[in-house]
Amino acid sequence: MRRLEIILSRLVWFIPTLFGLVFVVFFISNVIPTDPARIIAGENATEVQVQALRAEMGLDQPLHVQFGRYVADLATGDLGKSLYTQRAISEDLLHRLPATLELTMAAMVLAIGLGVPLGVISAVKRNSMIDQTLRVLSVSGLAVASFWLAMELQMYFSTKLGWTPLNGRIAGWGPEEITGFYLLDSLLTGDWASFWDTLHHMLLPAITLALPAAATLVRFTRAGVLEVINSNFVLYERAMGFPTTLITWKYVLRNALISTVTQIGLIFGSLFAGAVVVEAVFDWPGLGTYAVQSILQSDTKAILGFSIIVGVVFIGVNLLVDIIHTFIDPRTLK
Amino acid sequence: MTALKRLLADRAATIGAALILGLILVAIFAPVLAPYPEDVTAFHLTERLQPPSADHLFGTDRMGSDVFSRILFGARITITIAVIAVGVSVGIGVPIGLIAGYYGGFPGGFLMRTSDIFLAVPQIVLAIAIAQTLGPSVENVILALSLTYWPFWARLVYAETKSLKAQTFVEAALALGASDWRVMVLHILPNTASAIIVRTSIGMGATILTAAALGFLGLGAPPPTPEWGRTISEAREFLPEAWWYAAAPGLAIFLVVMGFNLLGDGLRDILDPKLRKGSR
Amino acid sequence: MTDALLTVEGLSLGFRGDGGFAHILDGANMTMKRGEIMGLVGESGCGKTTLASAILGVLPRHALEIRGGRIRFDGIDMLDAAQGAQQQAVRGRRVTFIPQDPFTSLNPVFTIGQQIEELMKWKSPRRPVGPSRAPTLLTPYPRARRKADREKIMEMLNLVQLPRPEQLLKKYPHEVSGGQRQRLMIAMALLPEPDLIIADEPTTALDVTIQAQILGLLRNLANDRGVAVMLTTHDLGSAYEICDRITVMYAGQDVEAAPVAEFFNRPTHPYTAKLLASLPEGGGGMTGIPGELPSFYAPPPGCRFQTRCDRATEACRTRPAPDLAGPAHVVRCAHPLFQTTPATPLKEVQA
Ligand SMILES: Nc1ncnc2c1ncn2[C@@H]1O[C@H](COP(=O)(O)OP(=O)(O)O)[C@@H](O)[C@H]1O
Ligand SMILES: [Mg+2]
Repeated sequence: MRRLEIILSRLVWFIPTLFGLVFVVFFISNVIPTDPARIIAGENATEVQVQALRAEMGLDQPLHVQFGRYVADLATGDLGKSLYTQRAISEDLLHRLPATLELTMAAMVLAIGLGVPLGVISAVKRNSMIDQTLRVLSVSGLAVASFWLAMELQMYFSTKLGWTPLNGRIAGWGPEEITGFYLLDSLLTGDWASFWDTLHHMLLPAITLALPAAATLVRFTRAGVLEVINSNFVLYERAMGFPTTLITWKYVLRNALISTVTQIGLIFGSLFAGAVVVEAVFDWPGLGTYAVQSILQSDTKAILGFSIIVGVVFIGVNLLVDIIHTFIDPRTLK
Repeated sequence: MTALKRLLADRAATIGAALILGLILVAIFAPVLAPYPEDVTAFHLTERLQPPSADHLFGTDRMGSDVFSRILFGARITITIAVIAVGVSVGIGVPIGLIAGYYGGFPGGFLMRTSDIFLAVPQIVLAIAIAQTLGPSVENVILALSLTYWPFWARLVYAETKSLKAQTFVEAALALGASDWRVMVLHILPNTASAIIVRTSIGMGATILTAAALGFLGLGAPPPTPEWGRTISEAREFLPEAWWYAAAPGLAIFLVVMGFNLLGDGLRDILDPKLRKGSR
Repeated sequence: MTDALLTVEGLSLGFRGDGGFAHILDGANMTMKRGEIMGLVGESGCGKTTLASAILGVLPRHALEIRGGRIRFDGIDMLDAAQGAQQQAVRGRRVTFIPQDPFTSLNPVFTIGQQIEELMKWKSPRRPVGPSRAPTLLTPYPRARRKADREKIMEMLNLVQLPRPEQLLKKYPHEVSGGQRQRLMIAMALLPEPDLIIADEPTTALDVTIQAQILGLLRNLANDRGVAVMLTTHDLGSAYEICDRITVMYAGQDVEAAPVAEFFNRPTHPYTAKLLASLPEGGGGMTGIPGELPSFYAPPPGCRFQTRCDRATEACRTRPAPDLAGPAHVVRCAHPLFQTTPATPLKEVQA
């Protein structure tokens, strides 16, 4: 089974890449050691108290020993304790992951729903007014700082017009938690009020995130369509009188999407990256806000845990993309 | 010269080049151009949050300083960060890609796997992790960006070198007794130059956006530095009334990044027809 | 010529590009009768594919400039944009296509079965005429017809001698050999039960050993069903083997057309004669005729062969009218190799 082989060969790299990531982030973040013990103990603690705390936290050990302990803990899913929430970081992160995933996936759906059709239209009508306009828009979409766009949209649509909620993920408590994905949970429990409220809250952050991604997709889809639109099989389909709509939206698009799908991993990464700052603006209770809070509190371990979980998700998504690729392009299985 | 002509024939690329030229001129002549150069550090609390007027083109900020002047000086920070960070990234990434692509085998594989690790998380996440531990300063932002962006150039040069290495002119040079170093530096590197230039232009845009995001998150230069990202975050609590306060730096970032992206696209069309497919 | 199925009259077209206007077809004429196999012969680059593509309506629209002429298929003007709906209905149904390169002419990301089925969904002879009411992408494929079509597909795959058709339908194009793919294209060309198949060098991309098989197959199936075939080829040998009639084209102009026996016995245009003389013993491609095709950007006025012709004179600088060199043997030459008589005035459509 060729597909299985491809998947396994990717999986083999999962662990070393993750290990490397931990290694890199751990050592870089320890180049200039801030002193977490000092921070926890507080301004007024005596040197002896700080020493004791340091020993308790293992901070008096040499770096490689600390690293060994960190990795050993990581293997059991333990990322350490958050300096401030005093909860397990892994718990904090897992609790917040669904919020971020839900937002990025919504943005992804939006970006695909917008970017792919517009890319096709842009290619089919190349050099027309529509094409030119879309080109300007997509170049612009890639040049906007997402946190700024987030603020501007928030200012206009929430503060001024009052069309959308100012921030947060839902008003009130949210649906009964099953998966942590509010949209899914509210559907599962039949809680329509929560469903619409979540969508309403999600609208602006998702749009903000989706715009640059959609811009990328427009460019890629356009290029992909142009690449196949003159190929022999399209010529054959036209010569055989297949309906033009069918040729464009089924036969050409499917081929063009092959190169687009390989980009989806990257796009997902950019959405995740964007989420960090966009969440902060909209107070979306996901990983991004958690990271920003941790930054403000110099919580190195929490940041480290955050990078790792993002890495895991990111590597996982790329793996998924590779697998999807084997389905939509049968030639990879040759 | 013909390359320049063709660049100028491309409207988008010309606009891009003009925007970048504008940025450079603004950065150099900020003290001359700024109506209130002292406002980078000075404040006038009686004139807080004034809307745009003839005196203050983009209004004033929470300290009563002239936003326009601060934006002009902010160009200096942006360009410094982008140029040094990208320069260092190129300096790390290109040799690594060259060596990995040329020698291949275990060392090549190792170097490329290492770069994969850096690509395993979005750049901003890694940059946050690094900048956070180093503490807020322009130098640390530069360091964080350099450490996170080099793999882009390594990957690019790696792929180019691998394909160039198989070509006859390289084999010919080797047959004539040229050393590995000589072949790499004199024969392969020049042929990867156009790809590097294109990627560098687009990389500048990406780096500027990430740097601004770090500034926005409070990881950049501390106040009162007129960094654009930080200015936007400062403006936040005064929205929507003081709309100009956030609009001006946001537009500045937009124009500059747009400039690099447009120029990069134009350069790609001219220098690297095989990349013309529209990929980034 | 009441039984003409397809006529191309004075077709003149070319492509605009960086180098100016490439005037490819210059007053090209061609006729096809029902049920005949007609070979369109000429060196590569002489415009065979361009003519075939013009009939099929697949010339690159952005660069194309049609300067004059007509293509009529059974009363339908195939160039008139106003008749787009009829053209679309004819294509793939009454006129089908066998491409030159079976390797790249099937969509690589759909199975062979999916592609044949799509063809039959739209172009099956059992499909009621007229446009469907549902939006294209949502048009259903009625179950009863699908089943009937399916049977015909299996039958046809057997006829073109494709082994194990059930499995074949599940495969992707890259998983089958070139010869099999071309058998498949023949099957797909026949399944809509067309009146005319346009086969553009259907064997050039194939292994020499199977070229004859494929052509033989095409000829037999077409003859059995009374389907006309327009076969373009640069290979006079295979044209001789399977065609009823031959039209010779040079640089976008038709120069001679005749039934196959007449054609080989009495080649009347100097170009045809040179072609035949250059034919190596035992068939094969065309080899050296001295000289080169003229540039399509600045072709000589009149007969385009004049730059390579020993008999060329001043008279050749205007295009000679069609003459008859025998029954149904048309030649356009000011200095023919055999006696000719003026043909019954054929209406010239000029740009
Ligand atoms: N889209 C086009 N633009 C410009 N020239 C073209 C185009 N398509 C074909 N040609 C030119 O038309 C001439 C005839 O080509 P073609 O019809 O493919 O010849 P054949 O099929 O007889 O080998 C060639 O010189 C070719 O270069
Ligand atoms: Mg051809």
